[in-house]
Amino acid sequence: MSDAHGFWRQALRRLRTQRMAMASGVLLALIMLACLLLPLLSPYDYFTPQFELLSRGPMLAGGHILGTDPLGRDLLVRVMWGCRISLAVGLAASLVSVLIGVAWGATAGYVGGSTDALMMRAVDILYSVPFVPFVIVLMVLFGRDLWLIFLAIGAVSWLDIARIVRGETLSLKQREFIEAARVSGVRGAAMIARHIVPNLIGIVIIYATLAIPTVILFEAFLSFLGLGVQSPLASLGSLVADGTSEMQSHPHLLIVPAVFLALIIYCFNYLGDGLRDALDPRDR
Amino acid sequence: MSAPPPLRIRGLSVGYPSDHGAIQAVREVDLDVAAGEFLGIVGESGSGKTQLLLAILRLSAPHARLAGSIRYREQELLQLNVRALNQVRGNRISMVFQDPMTALNPYLRIGRQITEVLRVHRNVSGREAERRGIEMLESVHIPEGPRRMRQYPHELSGGMRQRVMIAMALIAEPEILLADEPSTALDVTVQAQILSLFQELRARTGTAIVLVTHDLGVIAEVADRVAVMYAGRIMEQAPIHELFAHPRHPYTEALQQSIPRIDAPRPTHLASIGGAPPNAAALPAGCAFAPRCIYRMPICESIDPPLIEAAPGHWKACHHQGPLGKLRSEAA
Amino acid sequence: MLRYTVRRLLGAIPTLLVIVTLAFLLLHAAPGGPFDAAKRMLPEIQKSIEAKYHLDEPLWRQYLRYLGDLARGDLGPSFQYRGTSVNEIIAQGLPVDATIGLTAITLALVVGGAVGVNAALRRGSRWDYGSMAFAVAGISTPVFVVAPLMILIFAVTLHWLPAGDWVGGSPSHLVLPAIALALPYVAYIARLMRGSTIEVLNSPFIRTARAKGLPLRLIVWRHALRPTLTPLVSFLGPAIAGLLTGSIVVESVFGLPGIGRHFITAALNRDYTLVIGITVLYGALIILFNLLADLCYAWIDPRVRLR
Repeated sequence: MSDAHGFWRQALRRLRTQRMAMASGVLLALIMLACLLLPLLSPYDYFTPQFELLSRGPMLAGGHILGTDPLGRDLLVRVMWGCRISLAVGLAASLVSVLIGVAWGATAGYVGGSTDALMMRAVDILYSVPFVPFVIVLMVLFGRDLWLIFLAIGAVSWLDIARIVRGETLSLKQREFIEAARVSGVRGAAMIARHIVPNLIGIVIIYATLAIPTVILFEAFLSFLGLGVQSPLASLGSLVADGTSEMQSHPHLLIVPAVFLALIIYCFNYLGDGLRDALDPRDR
Repeated sequence: MSAPPPLRIRGLSVGYPSDHGAIQAVREVDLDVAAGEFLGIVGESGSGKTQLLLAILRLSAPHARLAGSIRYREQELLQLNVRALNQVRGNRISMVFQDPMTALNPYLRIGRQITEVLRVHRNVSGREAERRGIEMLESVHIPEGPRRMRQYPHELSGGMRQRVMIAMALIAEPEILLADEPSTALDVTVQAQILSLFQELRARTGTAIVLVTHDLGVIAEVADRVAVMYAGRIMEQAPIHELFAHPRHPYTEALQQSIPRIDAPRPTHLASIGGAPPNAAALPAGCAFAPRCIYRMPICESIDPPLIEAAPGHWKACHHQGPLGKLRSEAA
Repeated sequence: MLRYTVRRLLGAIPTLLVIVTLAFLLLHAAPGGPFDAAKRMLPEIQKSIEAKYHLDEPLWRQYLRYLGDLARGDLGPSFQYRGTSVNEIIAQGLPVDATIGLTAITLALVVGGAVGVNAALRRGSRWDYGSMAFAVAGISTPVFVVAPLMILIFAVTLHWLPAGDWVGGSPSHLVLPAIALALPYVAYIARLMRGSTIEVLNSPFIRTARAKGLPLRLIVWRHALRPTLTPLVSFLGPAIAGLLTGSIVVESVFGLPGIGRHFITAALNRDYTLVIGITVLYGALIILFNLLADLCYAWIDPRVRLR
C-alpha cells in the first residue's frame, strides 16, 4: 500500500514539473469555476431576448462584456452555458465510455481464452462501423435529448479504452500479487473488481483525460450540424454554428465561442499528455 | 623497434552533463592499439568500456562531452569533420555491437546491409559487391550465401546474426575491428564459436581486434594484451600472460579470483569482490577502487594513483609497489 | 498477398452485414416513415407510394429484399429525390469528396511529415517547440471553427480564394476546403512523425549504420525512413473515419455538393435507402483503408506476416 502511495506522490511530482500540463489544469479549473459561477452572478440569463440590443459587439452595450447575440442575449452568459454543456457532455460521456471500456477490456483480458477472442473480435468489427452516421441517425430519429447524447457518444467511444485495458490486464495477470490473490481463493468478478481494476486506474485516468476532448469535439460537431442541444440552450458547438452564419457582420459571435472551445480542448490535450508522462513513465 | 601503433588514445575523457553534476563515464584514458594485435578490455558493466569504444568512432550520445585525443594514423578523430570521419568508420576502423538482434536493421535484407559498406567505401559495382558479400559470409561460416543475402535479420538465428555483423564489419578489410561484448547476448556454445571466429579472422586478415567484455575468462583465451577498466579509468594494462602471472592491481587480482576454474582446487574463500562499483556522478577523491580494496592504505583515499609503467609493457594505477602476492602473504 | 487480400475482403462481408442490419433496424424502429402525413397526402396515394417502395411489406421481407438488391450492387431508389437512385446520388457526390479527401491526406502526409521530421532532427530547439505547439493547436481546433475562420480571412477579407459556390469544380474552389480538412491531420501526423523519428534515430541499428560510415543521406532515406513510417500507416485507418466526419462539416460550410450533405437531410426525411446506402459506403471505405493500412504495414516491415 505504501508502495502505491509513493507511486502517486511521485506521479504528482513529475506532473508538477510539466509546466504546460500544470498551466492547462489551472486554466481548466478556472474555466469550470467561471462557467459555474458567472451565470449565477450575471444579471442576464441565456434565453430572454432583448430586442433593443441585437448583435452588439463586445463592450458596446453597457453590461454586456462580450456583447450580445442576434436576439440580444448576453454572449458571455451564453458562452458560459455552452461551456457547462460541453464540459458536462465531455465528462459524462467519457465516464460512460470508461465504464463500458474498463468492464469489457478487463473481463476479456482476465477471462482470456475464447471469451477474450470473441470479445475482441466484436471490438474489431465495431472499429469498422462508421459511428458518425449512426449517431446522426440516432439524434435525428430519437430526439435531441441531452442524456441520449451522453449515452450515444459514450457508447461509441469505448473501443480504444477496452483495447488498452485488455492489454494492461493481460500483463497484470502475470504479476505475483494476482497469483497470490488467486491462491488465496479470490475468483471471477471479485478478482476483477478488487485486484485488476484498481491497478488500471492510472492508465484509465490518462485515456479518460484524452477521451474528454474527443467527446467534446464530437458533441460540438453534432451541435454544429444542428443535431445536438436545442435552442435556447446552447453548447459551444451550436454557438460556433450560429456565429458562422453571422461572421461577416459580427465576427465576435464566431470568435468568442470558438476560442473557448479550442482552449478547453487544448487544455485537456496538454493535461492528458502531461498525465501520460507522469503516470506512465515507461512510455518515454 | 616496430612501427608506431595505428591507433593512439591520449587523455580521453567522456562526460555526460546531468542534473546532479557531470557523469564521468571515461576518465583520462591512454591506450594504444598496435597493428594486428588482439587487445582485450575488461571491466564490470558501467566501467566505461563501452563508452570508450563508442568514443573512438565518435558514436557517443549527442550530449556527451569528449576531451583528449584519439589519433588514427595521421588523423585526429576528435577533430575530423563528418565526411572525413565517415571515411574511417566502417572502412579503416569498424565495429561489432553487443546485441545483433537490434543492431541489424530489421527492415533491410542481409545482402543490402553487408554490401552497402563496400558500395560506400569502395568504388565497386553492385554485382562485385554481391560476390564479395557471399564470399564474406562464407568466411564467417555462413553457408548458402546467395540465399542468406536475400533474407532479413529476423529469419536468422542469434549466432548467425552476429556472424553477419562481423562479415559486415570486415568486408571493407579494416585495420582495426572494435567489438563490444559481441558474444554476451548469445548462447554459451555460440559464444565460443564467435570467439574462435575472431581469432581465425585475425590470423587470416591481420586486422587488429579490440574486444570489450566483462569476462576475464573470455579474454584469457583469445587476447594478446589486456586493459582492465574500473570507474572509467584503466587500472592495469599488460600482456596477457604477464597479467595473469603477476597482477599488479588489486582489482585485477579480484577479477581473476572470481573466474570459476574446473582444474584448480576449490578456493578457500569465495572470491567475489565486496561492495559495489562507485557512482559515476560522485566518484571518491582518491582511487575509485579504494572503498572495495583489501590492500587500502591512507594515501589511496586522497590521491588517485597515476598509470605508471611498473615493468616493461606492464602499466598499473596503484600506490602499492611490487607484486601483490607478497603483500597478501604479509597481510595474512 | 493476393490470397490475404481476398480473404480480408470476404471477411469484410459479415462486418458490412452488421452495419446494414444495425442501420436498417435503427431506422425502422424510429417513429415515423418517409411518406407520413406531414406531407398531407391522401391516404390512398400514400398507400400506393408505400406499396411501390415495398414499405407495406413485413420488415423481414423488406430487409431480405434490400440485402438481395445490395448483393447486386443496387442501393435502391432514393425516397426524397424521386426518380433518382441512391447509386446515382453517390456517383455524383463521391468524386467531390474523393478529390478533397485525397488532397487533404496528401497535404497532411507531406506537410505533417516534413514538420515532424524536422522537429525531431532539431529536438529541443525553438523550431521544435513552435511546431509542436502548433500541432496541439491544430489537433484542438475543430474543422468547423477553422473552416469559417478561413473563409472569413482568405475569402471575405483578403479575397484571395473563392469561399464556396462550387461551379463546375475549378481547382481554386478546392483549396480552402482541402486545407481546412487537412489541418488537424497535418498536426496529428507532425506529432506522430516527430515521436517515431526520435525513437528510430535512437535505435541501435541506426548507430550501426553510422558505425559503417554511411553518409547521412543514406542513413535517413534507406535506414530510418521505413521504420518511422509504421505508426503513420497504423494511423491511416482511423484517419479515414475522421476525414469522412470532417467532410460532412466542410461540405456544409463551403456548400460543396458531396455526399455528406445529403446524409443529414436524408436522415431528417427518413430517406431509408439513402441513409443506409451512405452508411454502408462509409463502412466499406473504413474497411478498405484498414486493409490498405495492413498491406502497407506488411510491405514496409518484413517481420509482419500476413495471415
